[in-house]
Amino acid sequence: MDNPIINSVDNVFILIVSISVFFLLLVTVAMIYFVIRYRKKRNPQASNITGNTSLEVVWTVIPTVLVLIMFWYGWSGFQTMRNVPADAMVIKVTGRMWSWTFDYDNGKKSDTLLYVPFGKPIKMEIQSADVNHSFYIPAYRVKEDAIPGRTNYLWFQPTMMGEFDIMCAEYCGMNHSYMLGKLIVMKPEDFEVWKNTLPKPLDTLKSDSLRVGTIPKDSLRVDTVKTTKDTVKIMQVDPKIADSVGQRKIRRMKK
Amino acid sequence: MANGTAAAHVNDVDFYHYEGKHKGIMSWLLTTDHKRIGIMYLAAIVVFFLAAMMLGVLMRIEALTPGQTIMKPQTYNSIFTFHGVIMIFLFIIPAVPAVFGNFFLPIQLGAKDVSFPRLNLFSWYLYMAGGLIALLSLFTGGGAADTGWTFYVPYSIRSSANVSLSVFGAFVLGFSSIVTGLNFITTIHRMRAPGMSWFRMPLFAWALYATSWIQVLATPVIGITLFLIVLERAFGIGVFDPALGGDPLLYQHMFWIYSHPAVYIMILPAMGVVSEIIPTFAKKDIFGYKQIALSSLAIALIGYLVWGHHMFTSGMSDTSRVVFSLLTFLVAIPTGVKVFNWVATLYKGSIEIKVPLLFVMAFIFIFSIGGLTGLVQGALATDIHLTDTYFIVGHFHYVMFGGMGTIFFAALHYWFPKMFGKTYNEKVAIISATLFVIGFNMFYFTMFILGYLGMPRRYYDYLPQYQGLHVFSSIGAFIMVTGIVLMFGNLLRGLIKGEKATANPWGGTTLEWRIASPPPLENFDEIPVVTGGPYVHDRETYIMNPIKVIHKEEEAVH
Ligand SMILES: [Cu+2]
Repeated sequence: MDNPIINSVDNVFILIVSISVFFLLLVTVAMIYFVIRYRKKRNPQASNITGNTSLEVVWTVIPTVLVLIMFWYGWSGFQTMRNVPADAMVIKVTGRMWSWTFDYDNGKKSDTLLYVPFGKPIKMEIQSADVNHSFYIPAYRVKEDAIPGRTNYLWFQPTMMGEFDIMCAEYCGMNHSYMLGKLIVMKPEDFEVWKNTLPKPLDTLKSDSLRVGTIPKDSLRVDTVKTTKDTVKIMQVDPKIADSVGQRKIRRMKK
Repeated sequence: MANGTAAAHVNDVDFYHYEGKHKGIMSWLLTTDHKRIGIMYLAAIVVFFLAAMMLGVLMRIEALTPGQTIMKPQTYNSIFTFHGVIMIFLFIIPAVPAVFGNFFLPIQLGAKDVSFPRLNLFSWYLYMAGGLIALLSLFTGGGAADTGWTFYVPYSIRSSANVSLSVFGAFVLGFSSIVTGLNFITTIHRMRAPGMSWFRMPLFAWALYATSWIQVLATPVIGITLFLIVLERAFGIGVFDPALGGDPLLYQHMFWIYSHPAVYIMILPAMGVVSEIIPTFAKKDIFGYKQIALSSLAIALIGYLVWGHHMFTSGMSDTSRVVFSLLTFLVAIPTGVKVFNWVATLYKGSIEIKVPLLFVMAFIFIFSIGGLTGLVQGALATDIHLTDTYFIVGHFHYVMFGGMGTIFFAALHYWFPKMFGKTYNEKVAIISATLFVIGFNMFYFTMFILGYLGMPRRYYDYLPQYQGLHVFSSIGAFIMVTGIVLMFGNLLRGLIKGEKATANPWGGTTLEWRIASPPPLENFDEIPVVTGGPYVHDRETYIMNPIKVIHKEEEAVH
């Protein structure tokens, strides 16, 4: 399945990097060639060249045109990122030191794990309960800050099945690097089962007692999320998830 | 000193040996000689740089394995904060202007000192005070700040660490920067030797001129912003704190309104040094003098208007994001133009390959990578993915450290014989430069890849898939640091045991090469007269000691 955001980000990246590599080689090769070709031994007398107006105009105009092209493609990719499809499903995400909570439109809540159905555009409404965070899914090339007092948004289309890392990208204090999560893209029918299973206490694992308001003495989430290889522990606390997604996926996460 | 004989007297010895009112250490601490002040800045800046570099080494050791390697998260967070604070406020911003600007600007203009020598000393004291206050914050109150050098609210308001004191340190440093800027602007306007029109000024002076204007105009903004943080923490005034009706984005705007132009405060003086070194070793005039001079001003001007590109994911309006992206691309043009001019200057030169030129070549390669990766981040679509990842960390180390840092080293090797009257071992210098360049690129280029793969910055711990690249990057860091230590060791050895340097070892054409190494107290016996551009190699463009020349001519006539 084609993903408009991933495509545009990667294409703009390739475009700019190609032009950049060309200019880097041009400058570096010319510099090294001149230094060797016109070294004192081979060229004992320097020519007195102080400038060349037409050359200077050329190397001002060409880069100007090129950067405007880069700007243009960057902008058009950005427009894709900002124009949320009308049929997008809205999920509210709240960042707090140091975890993510997801709220679905039917009142279902999930902690750390973001479940979405394959193919359906997802609009994330991003909020923060304390300091600045940034909601980032590298695999889908999207990121937007969570700023207290505002609601920011981003959207993406889950066009790949499986689990993907969610990270906090804006520094937020001691356990910033443990403010991780998982995006889990499911078959739409599995997702419906999961979403409509009434919230059980276990769904919001290790819930509020651990987090709210208190900044722990040492790495708070060490017991739950140390690195992603330990995310499996989160999965284990919720047998429901295991039932609906299937043991296979859990085993894969364990690896 | 209008009196010729008195001037000759004070200039009998170099400025190190001149016996003034004060002796020993006081002859330094109470000096108003721009050269001594430059040397005092150099001593302090090198110490701060090496300290911050060691913090960087600790971070790279921690990054060798996921999970804890040598320290706890809180320690790591304080270390990257202070690595940033020291490197930005105490090294990169003041390094070239305060050391080489102070030492060489008056000489290059044909002046005996800066306009306000006492103010100049005062700004050194402000610099030291700011640095010591920041140091003090490490050991007092709630301990070392853990906010990152950006001090983003609301975290910087909430953090229990000693943020106020380190912020106040940066506030004091701002004044030092403003005072130095004012001094340089006045010096450039008022103290140029007869015949030195604006377009006969060395390009280093042009670069300092553009830099000084940014320092004077932009630094007050950061002063106010940082002060508001202190007030917010102390009294909860509610300007930035959303819980009190403030706006965290306002802070980000105000912070970057200074801190983006500050990027040009960091890089413009370095560009000026490049424009000095290339003509000297190519033995020819610079290519496109006016274009280079004016592009400094263009960079300073447009550089004011691009701060928002630090905030593309902050939730700022989409319209602002587009406008800031466009402006960001525009500032790339004068920067690119400078690089083309430098390379073109080498064309048909008669090039002597010496250590300073090698550093400059390394700079052009590294800085081009830094600038070009900036384009990736100027483009909106790619920046959304890459901002706040290691891609950014790689980019700004290429631009700031690879740009300004490499040129700081180049300038040290270029002006070392002039400043100290000694020479260093060239072979060791080449080896250290090579280690530096190889290590640098292994270290920071890897970060571009890490960033594209989604590794966020300021992470104490990381997911296991990133380990291989982190280890490779750390190995690069260790090689680079070896090169830097060797380089400083070599310079130190030169300082103690080096042979005596001649007045003009490289064949430079600007005024500092026309006086003794090290320079006499008042630089010139008589103010010289300038009759041509700064980089003319094939004819004489200065009349040194014009009064004596006239006397001689008169005698010849009689
Ligand atoms: Cu966070």
